[in-house]
Amino acid sequence: MTAKTLFEKVWERHVVVPETPDTPAVLYIDLHLTHEVTSPQAFDVLRSRGLKVRRPDRTLVTMDHSTPTETAQVFGGVPIALESAAKQIRQLERNCAEFGLDLIGLQDDRRGIVHIIGPELGATQPGKTIVCGDSHTSTHGAFGALAFGIGTTEVGYVLATQCLLQRRPKTLAIEVANGLASGVSAKDLVLAIIGRIGVNGGTGHVIEYRGPAVEVLSMDERMTICNMSIEAGARAGMVAPDATTFAYLEGRPRAPRGEDWQRALADWTGLRTDPGAVFDKVVSLDAAAVEPMISYGTNPGMVAPVSGRVPERPGDPVFARALEYMGLAPGASLRDQPVQVVFVGSCTNGRLSDLELAARVLAGRQVAPGVRMLVVPGSQHIKREAEARGLAKIFTDAGAEWRESGCSMCLGMNGDLVPAGQYCVSTSNRNFEGRQGSGARTLLASPATAAATAVRGRVADPREFLH
Amino acid sequence: MKPITVIRSRTAVMPSSNIDTDQIIPARFLTTTTREGLGTALFADWRYDAAGLLRPEFVLNRPEARDCQILVAGRNIGCGSSREHAPWALLDYGFRAVISTEIADIFRSNSLKNGLLPVVVDEATHGWLLANPGVEVEIDLGTTTLCLPDGRTLKFPVEAFARYCLMNGVDELGYLLAQGDAITAYERRSA
Repeated sequence: MTAKTLFEKVWERHVVVPETPDTPAVLYIDLHLTHEVTSPQAFDVLRSRGLKVRRPDRTLVTMDHSTPTETAQVFGGVPIALESAAKQIRQLERNCAEFGLDLIGLQDDRRGIVHIIGPELGATQPGKTIVCGDSHTSTHGAFGALAFGIGTTEVGYVLATQCLLQRRPKTLAIEVANGLASGVSAKDLVLAIIGRIGVNGGTGHVIEYRGPAVEVLSMDERMTICNMSIEAGARAGMVAPDATTFAYLEGRPRAPRGEDWQRALADWTGLRTDPGAVFDKVVSLDAAAVEPMISYGTNPGMVAPVSGRVPERPGDPVFARALEYMGLAPGASLRDQPVQVVFVGSCTNGRLSDLELAARVLAGRQVAPGVRMLVVPGSQHIKREAEARGLAKIFTDAGAEWRESGCSMCLGMNGDLVPAGQYCVSTSNRNFEGRQGSGARTLLASPATAAATAVRGRVADPREFLH
Repeated sequence: MKPITVIRSRTAVMPSSNIDTDQIIPARFLTTTTREGLGTALFADWRYDAAGLLRPEFVLNRPEARDCQILVAGRNIGCGSSREHAPWALLDYGFRAVISTEIADIFRSNSLKNGLLPVVVDEATHGWLLANPGVEVEIDLGTTTLCLPDGRTLKFPVEAFARYCLMNGVDELGYLLAQGDAITAYERRSA
């Protein structure tokens, strides 16, 4: 038998019709995550063609992008401030009712960012194919699933047929040796990876993150890394499932139980890249050399150590334009750059361990005067846990705002925006121009760096607070 | 969708690399529930100033860019968000093809499904197109060639099935629905 990669194993079990030179493969999708922003036009197509949703049982629907995070608007009967967002939410409720789909709605205690609740509910499992009309679907690859983002037309295909037409992507192994140093997080590692391979380094490929530094990561950390695979242009990112994965899933509401659990374990244990399997491309990295990272430009490949400087690239007009937008000079020190906003949250870093890390830095300290800090848990479950464990109190005592769950300030669709010209250290995934609001200047970093920056009011090295 | 064979037009050139889908259409326009009328939001933060007035210096606002149907972009256009609103906005504005050295995966897939043709060219051709904005070029999907004004003709790659669908106005969803028996058999097999 030929040696296969993890990706090949998952791909092959989902081929309904093999690809030919003339036609792509018909690929079966085990789990379809759906939300309010990229689905309305897909439901319209179903409606206009008289089609039903083929597998409501394989469709998990929630709302996260345009939902308010202010408690009064979620639970207090105060109307949703943004009328277009309210309309989109109502449209999803109507579509779910019409097509017979269970909706994890605005006030549901299971609600949260779609990429956070999939794993939380145990719906995300090793070996599954998972898609969503959202590029950060790559998050779910942390479980050894093949998970990737699709457009709205494809959302319609999956609703109607539970299948997609796909050409087989290439494979890229990212081998990470040694281990992360104390005070350095998974977010720093993935920013370092993107800095190394570039925002198009993964285009056309599915990444498998491998090696000792990856094997010791928690599920939350693996999700942070797989989440940002798309920021390197990759279709998906995967980590082979292991004891850490199984321990995370056991007992979750949608995970298999009893004999089914034992059968699943036996199957999942085989989901590893065979010795001798060949990747199309291999990149090697030393985790021990990674420092706390921060972005300085307008894409997630423009990163440097927090202790470093903005690079100098004379004669590169695109680079110059990015720095002009950011209001940063070539050669400038990143540490001590003043900031006005700090955002902790998103599908990249809105999980409980992220909040714990931020709280460790903030405990007994205050958010600096003139800095607005927003902490938005990734799900209502995480919110309750953070409140029960005293994290929320640490945030509010420090002067941060503590909100209901959602995508929030990662992309500002719900009105949680960074004002033009202001600097925001954000634990989210994209520092594109205007991502957090027109003219907003985003500096991507880990929850620890974000919290340290909030305390100091300037970009800070979290190691000074964690040791 | 109308069948596509040949697109002939002058080019509009945006040399920035890594033009992401947040630039093509910012998130605040995504609360729409339809796909129509997004052309006004195309490149909104680059096209309009804070008061909502057109910035005369922005390339698409210049008179020579009017009616251009082919956008030549810097390397790696379409990275970032999976929003299909990006090709919808480009099409609604009047573009029918995008040329670059690299086109991000999801954006390319979304574009093909809506009849916006993604054309990947080599560095030298790309450099020439960036340096010569406004030239008239011809994209022939039948022969998968890009024809430059000096007569040079270059092949470009297009996935075979997507090309077939675009040229014949065939609907991919119809094709997938026709696989119903195979899908049912797969579901029985893997249950």
